[in-house]
Amino acid sequence: MLTIKNLSVAVEGKEILHDVNLDIGTGETHVLFGPNGSGKTTLLMTIMGFPKYRVTGGSILFKGEDITKTSVDERARLGIGISFQRPPVVRGVKTREMVLASMKDKSAPDLVATLAGKTDMTDFLERDINYGFSGGEIKRSELMQLLAQRPDLALLDEPESGVDLENIALIGKLINELLEKDNPMHSRSSMGLIITHTGHILEYVNARNGYIMLDGTIGCMGDPHEILTEIKTRGYEQCAKCAFRSAHHV
Amino acid sequence: MSNISGNEREKAKSAIDKKASMGEDIDLNQFTRSAEEHPYKKDPSELNVATKSKMLEAGLMLDNPSQRTGTFIQMDNTPIHSSVKDEGVEVMPVSQALKKHDWLTDYYWKAVPVDTDKYTASVELGQNDGYFIRTLPGVKTDYPVQACLYLSRAKFAQNVHNIIIAEENSELHIITGCTTSLGNEPGMHMGVSEFYIKKGAKITFTMIHSWNPEFAVRPRTAAIIEEDGLFLSNYVLMEPVHTIQTNPIARCNGKNATARFNSILVAQPDSNIDVGSRVFLNAPGARTEIISRAITMGGNIIARGYIEGNEPGVKGHLECRGLILTEKGTIHAIPELRGNLAGIDLYHEAAVGKIAEEEVEYLMSRGMTHEQATATIVRGFLRVDIEGLPPMLNAELQRAIKTSEKDFM
Repeated sequence: MLTIKNLSVAVEGKEILHDVNLDIGTGETHVLFGPNGSGKTTLLMTIMGFPKYRVTGGSILFKGEDITKTSVDERARLGIGISFQRPPVVRGVKTREMVLASMKDKSAPDLVATLAGKTDMTDFLERDINYGFSGGEIKRSELMQLLAQRPDLALLDEPESGVDLENIALIGKLINELLEKDNPMHSRSSMGLIITHTGHILEYVNARNGYIMLDGTIGCMGDPHEILTEIKTRGYEQCAKCAFRSAHHV
Repeated sequence: MSNISGNEREKAKSAIDKKASMGEDIDLNQFTRSAEEHPYKKDPSELNVATKSKMLEAGLMLDNPSQRTGTFIQMDNTPIHSSVKDEGVEVMPVSQALKKHDWLTDYYWKAVPVDTDKYTASVELGQNDGYFIRTLPGVKTDYPVQACLYLSRAKFAQNVHNIIIAEENSELHIITGCTTSLGNEPGMHMGVSEFYIKKGAKITFTMIHSWNPEFAVRPRTAAIIEEDGLFLSNYVLMEPVHTIQTNPIARCNGKNATARFNSILVAQPDSNIDVGSRVFLNAPGARTEIISRAITMGGNIIARGYIEGNEPGVKGHLECRGLILTEKGTIHAIPELRGNLAGIDLYHEAAVGKIAEEEVEYLMSRGMTHEQATATIVRGFLRVDIEGLPPMLNAELQRAIKTSEKDFM
């Protein structure tokens, strides 16, 4: 379970997130909506622990442990995994090495081939990671690594952006597997926090809660499908007004 | 050597004080030219374990040479072993080859001018042998010939002259290791290597240098490549050295001749490395690729590259990448392109910097520690995918890199 309490985060001296609170229970998937620049990626990167995202207040608890100050790799080993929106190219480091590094059980090397087949990435295993990859290839590669890691909490930053329609179903299927959509809630152990613009991904996951992030704060919370409909019909501007009202109600 | 024309001798004498155009000037008088003779070893696996292990680090397999076409070993100034298994391949001391082939003088100092500098002059005037390797027309070797130039005497200057010829449509692979048993005592290695790649022939040449922090090294190398010929040179230097300066030349003189240079350079603290590659594209369709990867652990590296296009339709690519891993240390990348007419296609990329923290963190997000992530990135940086190198040689090259990695990672 993930608990974020009154989290404020600054990047290069500028506060981006203000007093964010969020709870994700075991087996739950939550979805984060919000306009560009509202702080969604900052929240994911902070949960993963990247040093550039400096926590200026509040705390992050994962599986009951305060991880606010732990390093990225410790968090990865604790069971947090991330799919980047724009991961860096690392020349000379092969995709295969990244999958192997991600694997919890290093004694199962066949898993690499299996996962590559499943994600349609077999031809990319011996290539430098992310070098010359298309948008869709990056997403599949990220998901391949996450499927190797099998994190308890998967942070997915716009997993469907830049993916053509042909691939969207595959991406959806992979996320479905990652987050155990087809398992009943009580036996699901994976948690997810997904940033989405289009909402396509909602068809493939059992998302319990949705949030709208506006200017570094979580504006409103509710059923993700309803929120998406609301955003599509009324736009973020109206959402902001609504969020403002509900903040007053609180 | 005695049967070289008097003219070359005269030229050498006139250049004996000529400083090289690059690199620290080495006072050759501080080194001796004489060293004791070493006994000939019919079976090189009888060499002592320490020597063999040094040689193995430089790519020489002596205990199990089944994957070698031939072997040449020179210790100080004595060739102590030369042998060859395959028909159509010659491996022998150059002194012996000069006796066997009277035409060999036609290849002497034809690729490297004898009066290039005091080091080439010194090789001519004080030469202590070197190797001659040749494949006859149409002969293709499956396994490489291995050669080792070894220094065991302190304050000794080794002068060698190597001649390598791939006759028409032949294919020759060579692994050469230059190394020393001297832990911290000074020594000098001067090696002239002249490569002749005939029409349709191919030479891959993989050279591993493993010296010590007091060594001065001045190789002088040139290759002449005829029509449809290929010269592929890989150079690996990862161990400490006091100073090395080399700037080999490949002349693509025949139609579609190709030259490829790959250099992997690691500068340990106090090492001064100045390594370049120069290619002259002198015929239509000639191509080249020069790739260098430089890492400094505190030493200084100059990574040079020069491509000159002299015929329309030639293509060249130059890539210099440098990583600075410590606070101290310099990498100076000097990529140069010169086009002397229209219709040529030359380009270069150069980048020098530290490891991007973003890349380290990306790997860490998959569970690697900071240390593991850094080592993985450095290993990847040194992993050059060498087009045209047979898989076995590529594996050997990677093995040599891996052996040295432990010293700095």
